[in-house]
Amino acid sequence: MAEEKKQPRIGVFVCHCGTNIAGTIDVESVKDYAATLPNVIVADDYQYMCSTPGQAKIIDAIKDHDLTGIVVAACTPRLHEPTFRTATKEGGLNPFRFEMANIRDQNSWVHMHDPEGATAKAKDAIRIAAAKASLLEDLYPKSVPVEHAAMVVGAGVGGIQAALDLANAGIKTYLVEKNPTVGGRMSQLDKTFPTLDCSQCILTPKMVDVGRHPNIELHTYTEVESVDGYIGNFDITLRKKARGVMSQDEATAKGIVGGGCNGCGDCAAACPVIKPNPFEFGMAPRKAIYIFHPQVVPLVYTIDFDACVKCGLCVEACGEKKAIDLEMTDTFETVKVGTVILSTGYDMFEIEKKREWGYKQFDNVITSLEFERLICASGPTGGHLIRPSDGETPMKVAFVLCAGSRDNTGVGKPYCSRFCCMYSLKHAHQIMEKIPGCQPYIFYMDIRSFGKMYEEFYYRIQNEGAKFIRGRVANVLEDAKTKNLHVYAEDTLLGRPVDLEVDMVVLAAAVQPTENIDPVRKMFGVSCSQDGWMLEAHPKLNPCGTTTAGVFLAGVCQGPKDIPDTVAQAEGAASAASIPIHTGKVELEPYFAQCLEEKCAGCGMCISQCPYSALDLIEKDGKQVMHVTEAKCKGCGTCGGFCPGGAIYMQHFTTPQIVAQIDAFLLGGEQ
Amino acid sequence: MAEGEWQPKIIAIICNWCSYAGADLAGSARTQYPPDIRAIRVMCTGRVDPLFIMKAFADGADGVLVSGCHFGDCHYIAGNFKCAKRMFLLKSVLKDLGIDDHRLRMTFVSASEGAKWAMVMEDVVKTVKELGPSPINQLKQ
Repeated sequence: MAEEKKQPRIGVFVCHCGTNIAGTIDVESVKDYAATLPNVIVADDYQYMCSTPGQAKIIDAIKDHDLTGIVVAACTPRLHEPTFRTATKEGGLNPFRFEMANIRDQNSWVHMHDPEGATAKAKDAIRIAAAKASLLEDLYPKSVPVEHAAMVVGAGVGGIQAALDLANAGIKTYLVEKNPTVGGRMSQLDKTFPTLDCSQCILTPKMVDVGRHPNIELHTYTEVESVDGYIGNFDITLRKKARGVMSQDEATAKGIVGGGCNGCGDCAAACPVIKPNPFEFGMAPRKAIYIFHPQVVPLVYTIDFDACVKCGLCVEACGEKKAIDLEMTDTFETVKVGTVILSTGYDMFEIEKKREWGYKQFDNVITSLEFERLICASGPTGGHLIRPSDGETPMKVAFVLCAGSRDNTGVGKPYCSRFCCMYSLKHAHQIMEKIPGCQPYIFYMDIRSFGKMYEEFYYRIQNEGAKFIRGRVANVLEDAKTKNLHVYAEDTLLGRPVDLEVDMVVLAAAVQPTENIDPVRKMFGVSCSQDGWMLEAHPKLNPCGTTTAGVFLAGVCQGPKDIPDTVAQAEGAASAASIPIHTGKVELEPYFAQCLEEKCAGCGMCISQCPYSALDLIEKDGKQVMHVTEAKCKGCGTCGGFCPGGAIYMQHFTTPQIVAQIDAFLLGGEQ
Repeated sequence: MAEGEWQPKIIAIICNWCSYAGADLAGSARTQYPPDIRAIRVMCTGRVDPLFIMKAFADGADGVLVSGCHFGDCHYIAGNFKCAKRMFLLKSVLKDLGIDDHRLRMTFVSASEGAKWAMVMEDVVKTVKELGPSPINQLKQ
């Protein structure tokens, strides 16, 4: 709280931002107006306040005019508050004696056709900011130690890469995966474009690495149950779902010497329950006790308790290893980490909602991920592409691109799913390679082959003989006798309708955020875009960060991206997440609530308002007063908004400061 | 600004994480809306003391907007929810004081809803313009 009672001396700096601001707002008149405001000692303007000479103006003015507060009228504090706080500090003032007036993002850019209105608004914004600046005080950020550990949620290729990077940097890393194995979507793919590497061949070594890295603690079949704390000190409770099978380590811990699952599969052989395998999209069977595929990490079987009839045949088959416990229940474990990376991936859009393409109506209409499993040597058909209706080899295959993507009908997704063009080209190549004489037809709107060596790959597929038809497919109908499919479209290059009879249709379905991801996203306080993808802190300058300090994003959970981009972002996120850990401490913005004890009646109503249990009543000088645990307080001010006695002092957003802002606007500064 | 047209005084108290970011996004997207609203940034709408709004009306505000995150998306778990409850109660108080409760609006605009922010601005200005000057201002004259 303010020690000095010196009359405030404010400097106002108006930025032109090139023509971004000055093209709409009359900067000269705004600056002249600012100079007339109460407490304003100096007003200046400059082309780019954020540039070095612009910041020098602030630094010099603080010294020349003995200023106590700074107002910069420019872009948004969400972009440049740190910049100008640094300049304020360099001038010798406490950095929290800075206030920003947003006259670009929320003014000149949104009132381009109303220069007069925008100029009036800019004057008001500066008056409001100067009123607050007059009441700002010195604040000191609280420095907290950072736990030397990190968590990665989601163990697809992005999560695996991020975990390996963190672990290799010497950081203890918890890798959490809801499925029984790591690998994610990439482990379902056959080949990867444009190099045509075998997906499993390049992924499996990494899966094995995370399984045995000394710095990685792998938690598969585990979900995040709750999140507490803040950057540097997250307490995350994990729900380890009942797997029904003990790993060898777990068995050893329980004193079963030489026991635990070794992946022999005798249990599954004995299991009488047969269910469709979701990893193969139901195209292959699996037992109630299962592994997804032979390369799973960790190689431990899992019981699907929804399907299990608890007959006990598996327990018998397991024998002396005693790995199976049919009565196993979920267990909970709380770990402490400094930073978190979310890499929760994606699901496919339910393409059956687009009725016109006949998915789930006609046997021979499949999705691209089903195609991946059918063409994959380790898939349900051993790599033989067959028509689901009759097991015949298809000789004419139509690929429907933008199936549900770039779709503004309200049924599909408005965005480009970004990797469908490329994998459909790859699919076309694969069928021409595997089935001599098989003809792919690619129905496309635009081919988006934007990556390194991607366009060249497109040419290659053209040269190999794939036929490209530009036009969105209107309808797919089945010939009831032959189960062949008629694809109806308009060839927009030739300007004529197309009716093509094919053996099989492959839909490159849109992608969407993982089902049920919202609770996880909300636990970590990460916003989402309108499409449900997790929102980065800044689309260009902070693509890995989020608005929650210490929480970072990697991979498709942030928006559709292919494997190279996912891995690159994962490495970026790992780098960003390791910085606070290696620094060892972080500074928290000092927006803590404080109690004005002389005003506090000790009613305790604030306690129920605090979402972080940061408030308590304590006895002081014979009366009950509220007490704030600063380490828990995140500065939302919900207590201060509720306190009936005005006893809560919300630093940097104090009641006098907010009221001064209201008065400054409505009363023109006369208070 | 049309010559001679009455310009309402509308104040918006908006949260840093969702609505302020949404308002910035409207800017990046150059979505145009009327310039009649002045914004005050707080970290969370939970900070909004009903007395701030009473003060604004007493000072002659023709309208007040409070805008935060969507329910479930609050950066501080539930500050927006607590604010919404307060605003609901405050509306009945305003009615008793003879202030049309449509002059106070609470909205929920996320960081990705720049277009929605512009719509809210249009709508709030339209509503307040239809209601005309605040009765408090008329009393003062």
